[in-house]
Amino acid sequence: MTAVVRIPTVLRPAMGGNTVIPVRGTTIGEVLSELTMSYPAVKGQLLNDDGTLHRFLNVYVNDDDVRYLGGVGAPVVDDDEITLLPAVAGGAR
Amino acid sequence: MARHASVLELIGNTPVVDVSALSPKPNVTILAKLEGRNPAGSVKDRVALSLIEAAERDGVLVPGKPDQILIEPSSGNTGIALAMVCRLRGYLLKVVLPSNVSPERRQLLLAWGAEIIDSPGSEGSNGAVRLAQQLAGEHPEWTFLYQYANPANPWAHYTMTGPEILADVPEVTHFVAGLGTSGTLMGVGRYLKEHKPDVQIWAIEPPSGEMVDGLRSLEDGYIPPIFIDNDGTKLLDRKVVVRPKESIEWTRRMTEVGLFVGLSSGAIMAGAVKCANTIPDDQVATIVTIVCDDGWKYLSTGAWSDDIDEVVERAKKIIYF
Repeated sequence: MTAVVRIPTVLRPAMGGNTVIPVRGTTIGEVLSELTMSYPAVKGQLLNDDGTLHRFLNVYVNDDDVRYLGGVGAPVVDDDEITLLPAVAGGAR
Repeated sequence: MARHASVLELIGNTPVVDVSALSPKPNVTILAKLEGRNPAGSVKDRVALSLIEAAERDGVLVPGKPDQILIEPSSGNTGIALAMVCRLRGYLLKVVLPSNVSPERRQLLLAWGAEIIDSPGSEGSNGAVRLAQQLAGEHPEWTFLYQYANPANPWAHYTMTGPEILADVPEVTHFVAGLGTSGTLMGVGRYLKEHKPDVQIWAIEPPSGEMVDGLRSLEDGYIPPIFIDNDGTKLLDRKVVVRPKESIEWTRRMTEVGLFVGLSSGAIMAGAVKCANTIPDDQVATIVTIVCDDGWKYLSTGAWSDDIDEVVERAKKIIYF
């Protein structure tokens, strides 16, 4: 399965300046591991040592937060768009 | 009902209206709770009153005592609501406001007599929170209610908004609301789950992390303490991002059912429609969603009248959620 991963501004310097990276994998965990193999500098920023998601990283598959779809076990299929976003204070009207 | 001693008595008990004409599925009813009917114009009136009353109960604020100063970070509605309550109670309010909010929000804060302290627009709400924390630390004599961490925020929704929803819509199956401080979702969500454990709680958020370019690293991230204290990840069933274009499209479509709503409410309605689309055809569902505020504060964005792509670009530069 090949998905497209959208990289947030804050991670781009450590990821070759790319905004979009195609990555193979059948789960979110596989996709993120693949990314950390290509870009070791971001390893600690994507995944914790136990393989769970970094607490300030939100990962979305087609705009759905994967924490509510099974976390790193959430499935990925061809042409999925995966968005990485830092957790920030929302608008908080 | 018709005569009240204070405008503060008009907070809450907002109407719910059927907007199912916009539902993508005939088996899914969508109901919108109109929080713009609160006296200072948004859902945050409930929070502001709750924060102030809790501080007064704790003796942190004393009604009638002169020169009591409050500081609070807000991208708009909390500041506006607090400013109104402070005006009535005689407190002085300083609002730390990202410089890129809509000009109407700024005007309303000034109208209620608040002082505005600008924080860098590029840092979004994160920057406002950080600056308010710093200033509160430098001025221990000021009262810092800190809506992101204060249990009186979700409490307002646990004791008011949640019970109102269940009383008016006992058949509710899904609750869809925006995720900012997480106060609405944590308070209403917890109340509904306690009384109807099968209710699904959906959080809608804008792609803030994409728009905030002032982050130096992921370690500058922020999760509202309220979300952590209420075990938000367990409480929510789904969390969905709604993009600026969908937000504007649904803000416009709300006029088809006679509702002139703010941009975040358009985003939340877009999320309610996504939620409806996940419900099987043979299942009857009732979604309750929140209209946080009305459209007046967003007229300067041209959201209803200008070319949608231009409006989207403009919306990306302001904080609308």
